[in-house]
Amino acid sequence: MDNLQLVISGLANGCVYGLIALGFVLIYKATEAVNFAQGDMMMLGAFVTIGLTNAEYMGLPFWVAVPISLGLMAGFGVLLDRLLIRRMFGESQTSVVILTIALGFVIRFVAGLIWGHEPQTLQNPLAGKDIRFGGLVLGLEDVAVITVTVLLTLSLYLFFARTKLGLAMQAASQNQLAAYYMGIPVKRVQGLIWGLAGMVACVAGILFAAKGAVDPSSGLLGIKAFAAAVIGGFGSLPGALAGGLIVGVIEPFASRYIAAGYSQIAPYALVLLVLILRPHGLFSQIRLKKV
Amino acid sequence: MRIVFKTSYLQDIRPWKDGYQLSLYLILLACALAAPLLLDDFYLGELTNVLIWAIAGMGLMVLTGHTGQASLGHAAFLAIGCYANIILLEQGLPFLLAFPLAGLITGVLGVIIAIPALRMHGIYLAIATLALSVLMDDIIVLSEPLTGGVAGKFAPPVRVFGIEIDRWGTPRAFYWLVLAVVVIVTLGYINLLRAPLGRSFIAVRDSEVSAQAMGVHIARTKVMSFFLSCAVTGLAGALMGLFAGAFNNETFSVVISILLLMMIVIGGLGSIHGAFFGAIVIGFLPQFLSISKEWVGALIGGNTVAIPGLETGVFGLILIFFVLFEPMGIYGRWLKIRTWFELFPFYRRDMFKRQKSYLKTERLR
Repeated sequence: MDNLQLVISGLANGCVYGLIALGFVLIYKATEAVNFAQGDMMMLGAFVTIGLTNAEYMGLPFWVAVPISLGLMAGFGVLLDRLLIRRMFGESQTSVVILTIALGFVIRFVAGLIWGHEPQTLQNPLAGKDIRFGGLVLGLEDVAVITVTVLLTLSLYLFFARTKLGLAMQAASQNQLAAYYMGIPVKRVQGLIWGLAGMVACVAGILFAAKGAVDPSSGLLGIKAFAAAVIGGFGSLPGALAGGLIVGVIEPFASRYIAAGYSQIAPYALVLLVLILRPHGLFSQIRLKKV
Repeated sequence: MRIVFKTSYLQDIRPWKDGYQLSLYLILLACALAAPLLLDDFYLGELTNVLIWAIAGMGLMVLTGHTGQASLGHAAFLAIGCYANIILLEQGLPFLLAFPLAGLITGVLGVIIAIPALRMHGIYLAIATLALSVLMDDIIVLSEPLTGGVAGKFAPPVRVFGIEIDRWGTPRAFYWLVLAVVVIVTLGYINLLRAPLGRSFIAVRDSEVSAQAMGVHIARTKVMSFFLSCAVTGLAGALMGLFAGAFNNETFSVVISILLLMMIVIGGLGSIHGAFFGAIVIGFLPQFLSISKEWVGALIGGNTVAIPGLETGVFGLILIFFVLFEPMGIYGRWLKIRTWFELFPFYRRDMFKRQKSYLKTERLR
């Protein structure tokens, strides 16, 4: 029963990692670049929601604040694309990586200026309630986190596989020039993807802030989400979620069964191991380079 | 515009273009040698710091700027070099032996890490090295008997040719020691770039496939690049440890790794000058910020307040502007300005334009 409890709490944590990883994958799938600032966008989404909801700031009702902050973060993503990422069109992958790392620093700095460096929690209607299920005690937040994540991943997966826009996004990532010739508005598609990634980051942020405290350096959680994305292989949405869940479940087990000090290195050691054994991720989608 | 006539074949691979250029660098070296006599101890310390960062920058530049392998984990190698140096010194080895050995150990460890990293490309390598940098913090804590764990270690004063060198006691001697290392590393780097090995680094960076077709052994080249890069970074780490005096597991955090990469991007990827320009920016930015904060505070009549994270925030902002508007960094801008003057009035805006490449994935779906 103890182990089951660990699994549940690990799953809830893993869902947050999975959602950040989902943001990586979305942007990677559409633009073949990795957004190192995704963790910081998650943190920003959490703080925007806190700023709208919490009594000491604006004090809006929770269910009003959530759509507003989702919209704001989507707008932020589109704005980022307009102002920064679009200018990088045709530059190398590494420059985009460096740009997003710098962006992460700036976001962290600005969030620290506005909301301070104290950890804060989101005041939400689910806080402190739990469901008893046999001998199991489930926090209502944990249940909500898992449900929302699974639903979001499923709908994003269907969006990419079934809708015209989703297919256009995939085409734009596979060959920008060819997609452009086929009449896909590549630039607008890229903007939409960044908006979507902002929204996913906001969902992750809300769930993260509802479960525990968030402060400006929470964005560094993104490094663990890299582990998730790498394990899942950067190109697949369900893979990212699976990777997040694996990392999330490993963590509590490692801290319980492995000596203190060794336990927190488990996720990073896992990344290194996966990359050494399978250099392109567990579900690799790359074959030999053709000239 | 000066025109250099070629009178011998050796001129093509000579490290300097002509006597004029050589004399400029000799004057710079003379200024650097005379700096302790002109500056007070505080600014001399800052200058030493800049030089140490420049060594670390050159270490990363070999790997990222000239071989094209982005590493987000070089703070780990700084840490290895720093600890190796101090541990060897504590074993009673003289500094002149412990210091190169520290570099060698770091280089060998770098090769061990490089062997699995050879199969990774681009972002996967960046993520793996990032994970390594995060792990290094915990590894230092776990190997406490060797490294002192969270409590850290203190750097003893070192003796070179019977002269005691200490960061606080004899800052001038320490500066000259660092300067000597800088000169040796820089000369080695310049020579590397005109040797077959350095040329093959650049070939691997520009296109692995074409390099292979021209007979470059990709794996061996990358391993050599990792070895040289890590060894030089280890030397910088050893000096950094002596400079800081005390250090523990948090001194070489993942943020240092990222700063190091950002530094060489701001300076200009793929040039030795870039490492120095980047080091100047990263070394003097905190001073500049604190002075300008005081100035603004005096102007608006308020007292100065501490803003946490200001340095990294401003640094990130500077970097964004560079990536967007001057991807070739400070050195690239300097080249453009110099060309403008040399060719006046024939400079054209698109002379340094780079070809854009549109994205084509190798993924199957």
